[in-house]
Amino acid sequence: MVQVVASVGLPIDESLMIKKNRLVPENGLSGNEKRISIVTGTHGDELEGQYVCYELQRRIKENYSRLTGIVDVYPALNPLGIDSITRGIPAFDLDMNRLFPGSENGSMPEYIASKIISDLSGSAAVIDIHASNIFLEEIPQVRINELSKETLIPLAKKLNMDYIWVHSAATVLESTLAYSLNVIGTPTLVVEMGVGMRITKKYGDQLVDGIFSLMKELGIWNGEIITPKEPIISEDGEVSFINAGNSGVFVPAVEHWKNVKKGDHIGDILDPLTGEINETIHSETDGIVFTLREYPIVSEGSLIARILS
Amino acid sequence: MEEKVLFELGSVHRDNMRVKGYYFGSGEHSVCIVGATRGNEIQQVYICSKLISVFEQLEITGKIREGKSIMVIPCVNPHSMNIGKRFWSTDNTDINRMFPGYCLGETTQRIADGVFSNVSDYEYGIQFASFYMQGSFIPHVRMMKTGFEDTELAKDFGLPYVYRRKAKPYDTTTLNYNWQIWGTKAFSIYTNATDSIDDDSASEAVNAVLNFLNKHDIIEYDCHEGYISRLIEGSELVNVKNETAGFFIRRAGVNSRVRKGDILAEITDPYTGRILEEIKSPVNGIVFFHAGQPVIYSNTPLYRIIPTGVPSVPVR
Repeated sequence: MVQVVASVGLPIDESLMIKKNRLVPENGLSGNEKRISIVTGTHGDELEGQYVCYELQRRIKENYSRLTGIVDVYPALNPLGIDSITRGIPAFDLDMNRLFPGSENGSMPEYIASKIISDLSGSAAVIDIHASNIFLEEIPQVRINELSKETLIPLAKKLNMDYIWVHSAATVLESTLAYSLNVIGTPTLVVEMGVGMRITKKYGDQLVDGIFSLMKELGIWNGEIITPKEPIISEDGEVSFINAGNSGVFVPAVEHWKNVKKGDHIGDILDPLTGEINETIHSETDGIVFTLREYPIVSEGSLIARILS
Repeated sequence: MEEKVLFELGSVHRDNMRVKGYYFGSGEHSVCIVGATRGNEIQQVYICSKLISVFEQLEITGKIREGKSIMVIPCVNPHSMNIGKRFWSTDNTDINRMFPGYCLGETTQRIADGVFSNVSDYEYGIQFASFYMQGSFIPHVRMMKTGFEDTELAKDFGLPYVYRRKAKPYDTTTLNYNWQIWGTKAFSIYTNATDSIDDDSASEAVNAVLNFLNKHDIIEYDCHEGYISRLIEGSELVNVKNETAGFFIRRAGVNSRVRKGDILAEITDPYTGRILEEIKSPVNGIVFFHAGQPVIYSNTPLYRIIPTGVPSVPVR
C-alpha cells in the first residue's frame, strides 16, 4: 500500500511527496511483527537503490506467503533531486544527508527530514542505500560509525556485502540519516555500492540476496535465502587514500576490486593539450583497490583510489 | 598594500585558480577579513573591495597603528564565481564546510587548508557570510555558541543586533567555528544581499568593520559609533510559516515594527491571483528576516520576528 510520509506544496500546481510502499503479510498484522525499512535516493544522482527497491518487492511478491513481517520501501527521499539529476535538494542546493534529524518548524528540507525520521523510527532495521557519486566506483560495502559497531556489525554481516568499513566518528556526520536513527535506537546500516548515475545490476542482486538474509534473521521472512558472503571487516587504519597531485585526465591502469602490490601502476593523469603525462600514480601499499576513480577529469586533490591493506 | 597569492590550484583546461590576500600595516597579525567562500557571494566580495580601498588610503596616510597588520581575502572561490555557481565548480562541495582543511585531502579540503594556514593566527577574524535561503536580514553580527564566543566584543561593530545561535554538527567545519577553536575571536557579518550588490548595506558593513578596528586600536579612523547592539538568541525569534504555496507577496519588510495580527504577507494563487492565505504576525515585534523568493513552497519560514512584548506603532 503506497503511503505519503511527507507532503509539501510547491508554488506552481504541484505537491512534493515522499512516498513509501508498505508490504504486510497476507494474513494481516497481529501487532507483533517487526519492520524493515529500505530507503534510498537521498542524493539525487545515486540510483543503485532504485533497482534494489524494485527487485526486493518483485521477489517478495513471487513468494508472498513467506512474508512474516512488514517491509517499507522508500525509493526517493529526494524526489526533486532524482528527477532533475541533482545530488542535493534543488532550489536550496543543500546536501540532504547533512540535515537530519531535521525540524518540524524548519524550512522545507528540515521539515521533510523530521517527517522521515519519525516515520522510520522504530524499524527493526533500516537499510540506507547509497551509490557513491559520479566520481568514484565503490565495491558493495556497509559503512558503520565506530560508535554503533557492536549493534550494527552482526546485522551488516547478513547483508551479503564484500566489505564492512568501520569508520571513526566525526561531528559533521552527526547530521546524517543513519547517525540520527542509530542515536534514537533504530539500527541503520549505510550501504555504498557502484557509481553515481548508473545501475550495476549484479551489485543490486547481491544486496537483495543479503536483505532477504537479514529479513530472515529478524523474523520478517521465512522463505529460502542464500548463505551471505563473509565480508572483509576493517577500520580506518587499514585504508589508504590516493589523491591526485596534478590536474588532468585520469586513465586507470588497474581494475576495480583487484589486488595491487606496493609500487604497482595505478594509472596516469594526462594532459590532452600537450600530450604529456602530468603524473604517474603508483600504489604505496599492498592491498585491494576498493574505490576507484570513475570520472576522468581530476583536479589537484581529487580522490583517485582507496586501498585496503 | 601588498598583494600575495595565498593558494594556487592548477586546472587542466582553465586558468589556475588563485586565492589572493591583501596585506596592510606590519607587525602582529591583528585582523583577517574574509569575503566570499561561495561563488554567488558577490556582495561579500564587493564589501571587501571597498574595505581594501579604505585600508590603502589609511596606510598611505599612516593611520594603521604601529605594529598592527590587516589582511583581506576578498574571494576564496574565484572558479565558482566566474561560472555563477554557489559551490565548488566540479564536485559541488562547499568550501565553507571543509575547514580547517587538509593539505593531502580532496580539492576543496586543500583550498580550505591553503586559506586556513594563512589566517589561523590572527587575533580577530571577520567573515562576510550568506544564508542558504534567499532573503534579507537586519544587518547583524552572527555568532555560534562554541564556549569561546564573545558577544560583548561583537557589540563593538555597532550593528543593530548580535545574533547568537546553537552550533549544529555541520557548523563544525565552517571557517568561523574553526577560527574560534584555534583561538581567533571570530565574527560573521550578514548584510542585506548575496548575489547582487546593495550599496547601502555594503557601506553599513564597511563602517561596522572600521568602527570595530578603530575601537580596538588597529586603525585610526573617525567614524560614527553605530548602534548600541542588542544581543538576541536564536531561540528568542518567532518563526512565521505559510500553509499554502504560491506567489509570496510581501507587505512587511526587514526592520518593520509589526503588531500581533498585522498582515505580513499574502500568498496568492499563481494562476488565478486569488488570495490563498494571509500571513499574520503572531506577536508584537520587529522583522529580523524575511524570505526573498517570489514563489514559495508551503511550510517555509517566511519571517523571523524579534518579539518586543508591547504593541508598537508600525513603521512601514
